[in-house]
Amino acid sequence: MFDLVVLVILLPLLGVIVNAFFGRRLGERWVSYIGPGAVGLSFLVALILVLSLAGLPVDQRHHETILWTWIPIGNFQVDLGFLLDPLSAVMILIITGVGFLIHIYSVGYMHGDPRFARYFTYLNLFVASMLTLVLGNNFLVLFMGWELVGLCSYLLIGFWFERVSASDAAVKAFVVNRIGDFGFILGVMLIWTTFGTLHFTEVFEAAEKSLQSGAPVAIAITLLLLIGATGKSAQIPLYVWLPDAMAGPTPVSALIHAATMVTAGVYMMARSHVLFELAPFTGQVVAWIGAATALLAASIGVAQYDIKKVLAYSTVSQLGFMVAAAGMGAFGAAMFHLTTHAFFKGLLFLGAGSVIHGVHDEQDMRKMGGLRSSMPTTFWTFVVAALALAGIPPLSGFFSKDEILATASSQNIGIYLLLTIAAFLTAFYIGRQVLMVFFGQARSDVHAHESPRVMTIPLIVLAVFAAIAGFFNLPGVGSFSGWLGEQAGELNLAVAAISTLLALAGLGLAWLLYGRSPVQQDQRDPLAVRLGPVFTLLERKWYVDEIVDLTIARPFKALCSFLAGEMDLGIVDGFVNGVAWLVSLFSRWLRTIQTGFVRSYALAMLLGAVLLIVYVATR
Amino acid sequence: MNLPDYNFTALTPALILSLWAILILLVDLLFGERIQRWLSWLTVAGLLVTGASALSLWNVRAEGFSGMVVLDNFAIVVTVIAMIAGILAVLLSSDYLVDRDLFRPEYFALMLFSITGILLLASGRNLIMLFLGLELLSIPLYVLTGFARPDVQSEEAAMKYFLLGALASSFLVYGIALTYGATGSTDLLKIRDALQNVQVITSTLTLGGLILILVGFGFKVAAVPFHMWTPDVYQGAPTPITAYMSVGAKAGGFAALLRIMYVAFPQIASYWTGALVLLAIATLVVGNLLAIQQSSLKRLLAYSSIAHAGYILVGLAAGNNRGVAGALFYLLAYAFTNLGAFGIMIALSKKGEEADSIESYAGLSSRQPWLALAMTVFMLSLTGVPLTAGLVGKIFVFSAAAEAGLWTLLIVAVLTSVISAFYYLRLVVLMYMRDPINDFGTQVHLTPGVRTALALAVIGTVLLGIIPGNLIDFTNQTLAITTQTLVALVH
Repeated sequence: MFDLVVLVILLPLLGVIVNAFFGRRLGERWVSYIGPGAVGLSFLVALILVLSLAGLPVDQRHHETILWTWIPIGNFQVDLGFLLDPLSAVMILIITGVGFLIHIYSVGYMHGDPRFARYFTYLNLFVASMLTLVLGNNFLVLFMGWELVGLCSYLLIGFWFERVSASDAAVKAFVVNRIGDFGFILGVMLIWTTFGTLHFTEVFEAAEKSLQSGAPVAIAITLLLLIGATGKSAQIPLYVWLPDAMAGPTPVSALIHAATMVTAGVYMMARSHVLFELAPFTGQVVAWIGAATALLAASIGVAQYDIKKVLAYSTVSQLGFMVAAAGMGAFGAAMFHLTTHAFFKGLLFLGAGSVIHGVHDEQDMRKMGGLRSSMPTTFWTFVVAALALAGIPPLSGFFSKDEILATASSQNIGIYLLLTIAAFLTAFYIGRQVLMVFFGQARSDVHAHESPRVMTIPLIVLAVFAAIAGFFNLPGVGSFSGWLGEQAGELNLAVAAISTLLALAGLGLAWLLYGRSPVQQDQRDPLAVRLGPVFTLLERKWYVDEIVDLTIARPFKALCSFLAGEMDLGIVDGFVNGVAWLVSLFSRWLRTIQTGFVRSYALAMLLGAVLLIVYVATR
Repeated sequence: MNLPDYNFTALTPALILSLWAILILLVDLLFGERIQRWLSWLTVAGLLVTGASALSLWNVRAEGFSGMVVLDNFAIVVTVIAMIAGILAVLLSSDYLVDRDLFRPEYFALMLFSITGILLLASGRNLIMLFLGLELLSIPLYVLTGFARPDVQSEEAAMKYFLLGALASSFLVYGIALTYGATGSTDLLKIRDALQNVQVITSTLTLGGLILILVGFGFKVAAVPFHMWTPDVYQGAPTPITAYMSVGAKAGGFAALLRIMYVAFPQIASYWTGALVLLAIATLVVGNLLAIQQSSLKRLLAYSSIAHAGYILVGLAAGNNRGVAGALFYLLAYAFTNLGAFGIMIALSKKGEEADSIESYAGLSSRQPWLALAMTVFMLSLTGVPLTAGLVGKIFVFSAAAEAGLWTLLIVAVLTSVISAFYYLRLVVLMYMRDPINDFGTQVHLTPGVRTALALAVIGTVLLGIIPGNLIDFTNQTLAITTQTLVALVH
């Protein structure tokens, strides 16, 4: 029966086909049944499969379904095959479950959009791609999902392409992801040449058998895979695309840029943990990158005004926590935080979408305020998610974040410090956001209204999970780590106490600045007043975009236009002409009988031939 | 007196095709304009018959004319690729020509002669034979490039192509002469035997000959720095000819290179793989970087075809079995994809209004959803996105390079393929994410020929991407081709 796992992917794919080809004729009503319905059914199938999987003894929770040989590379074959095991089970439940709620929410959010059917086509395609990514039983199928997910996110970020910012952001996301893909492909190639296979189980078995801990090839493979992970999971230095990706519709931000796609890198590292465990050096690099990203992004989140930008940097920062955990070998903790984060961050984004919807497409928090009374459901669910993110017990974020902090405290005090400061900033910026949006007086004339039920019900469901998901891994209640075959992290009371106090301090500081005397219309941000130029630095995101533009983007563009313009016509031509002049000293006639361009081309050929001969002669 | 061993079996496909070309000229003579409409279908029939005859000789391995030609599985695979390119290009041609008052029956005959050249390049086992094949491929192409007479661009392109082609041929002949001087033969097997001798290997004559042969074919496949004719000629030639040239000429050139390098020069493989690595790197970088800047779709596809020559060169440079099979598969995948892309261009073009400006594709998805979708499939395949033929081809050549330990080349190849996404997907973005800027694409009449060609191209591109191995036994057999296949002696 586990072969039914194919259905989990096929159902959303069916939604894609129906919506793509008949969507416009079917009209909004039918599309809004088909799009979410496909994912809902997929969730049901996934749930049944995972429950049956859980009914099996631990050592039998591994089922592969092979459709056909996809790529026969000489003597070994790469299958189009899927793997259902505890790790992929967690992922498919998150993707289809949270995905289903976001689909329903989207019905309300996208109501009346002229490209309603196209939106659900993309969204279903995204879900199908992401499921392929996590269900693949080898690196090539994973790569297939990896690429398709990138493509879908490109389509969805640029969905409102009339806005320049949206199409720019889409391009940026694509470019950065491609850089990550570059590392990933090379990593996969190196795996193939090292182990002669790409099949997960075979690769990991071979690695455990043949490689010593710290083997150079293991370090090379994992570093290359890490480049891929930094691209998808938005880590330093490739995190720059994610905040801009907020230009897409808000439910898309919730689904892709908070709950699912960005987790691909963390999932991939968890999947190949055998390789990462063989490369302690890479583990160090991963952990430091994660911790640094967590802190950097949290510091930027402190000074943003756009309601979605705050959450975007928060996502980058939280992904940093997961990556740091993965780097320290705590893959169970990383996956646990991934799960709780999917609930509370998905909820925060949907809540933000509800706010944006309610105040008629305003995203600037300086023009909000006082929405507590006019949008009660949004407010209460948002607060639950915010407290979960801040790490207030007993909400889910507390447990998952604490497991990571506890690991860090026992392994690497430097990383622990970075993450703890980040956790403090997290509590502060989310407190600031709640206070600026929902408390005080309205700072604009818009009459806010609560969103329709089709949007608020998903909020409530997610809020329940954001609140209780922490118990999934509480000794005695649930055993998330055990399910993944990892050891449960011990509860470190001192660490828990410190982080809870810091979270409360962060929230308290936010209240001191923004809650005690609410920000008035046209008043400068109280934090900006106190921090001055530092605030500007944070607000401008440490000027990273500007630096990247100046040091990478511009030189590359210049190189291309140089190659196309001067190089093609000027330099090669000039160079060739120069050679022509030399040649003409010996054979003047050459110049007189041939026309300009053909002569240049011919001389380029001659030059090429000479260079090749020189190469062969001198080697 | 011994009569030479003719054995026409080894020449069956080439003979059928050249006779068919003559048949077409005769049919035109006898029936004139009355059968104009059917001429392209008659040409397609000839190509189908040729392809079937080639496939019927699978595993036969015939040798003929004192070893001048062999018909082995390698030659048959190349023949099939040439047939695909030919059939799609002919289907795309007919209405294009009628629409522009260029319809002349010789067009189809010339095309068949040119394809016969590819067949000879695929089965020649003697340098003289290969030279003949190259000329038979090229001379009709020079004429066809200038077929849009009195269009100045087309004539100029033909002239340029001819002059530079002649120069390339002279490199090749010189290379053949040097090789003959070093080894005393033009027969590839005898050259191979002569190179068992260490002194011959290191002689300047041998190495010089090798490089000049490389230059001669490097021109045909548009490898940098022998590529400079490509954009000008592609742009000037009638679009269906460009489409055919971009695949057919490459297939012929690569087939000959594979045969020569593996049969004649395996002893000095380190020399030519080294040279090919250099060529591949230059080709990948220049092709991909210059493609980014183009505003004309035809020029973009020209640079893209240079870039793809680079990927096929990666397979050759790997110098192993996987590289040979990979290069062949890449050509197969590329045949469907690239002809499809040109096909969309042809479908959208009208007389005096070529669908050449990239900007004009803005908003095409709302006017021509099916054409836009097909074009997206082709662009994704050229980029190498999963589930398209392009990705599978890239995986083959990349894994060949990885197996050979050519990491520098592999890094360049992966990096440039990452870069290539920009210019291919720019078109997709324009089609789906911009509003139309003019009335481009509002009046499109899809003729049966164009419809058939586009459908075939899409099906080929997608199926080769999803089930490349099990699709038909043919691809499996293609992938089973090894360096040994190229050499295997016939008894």
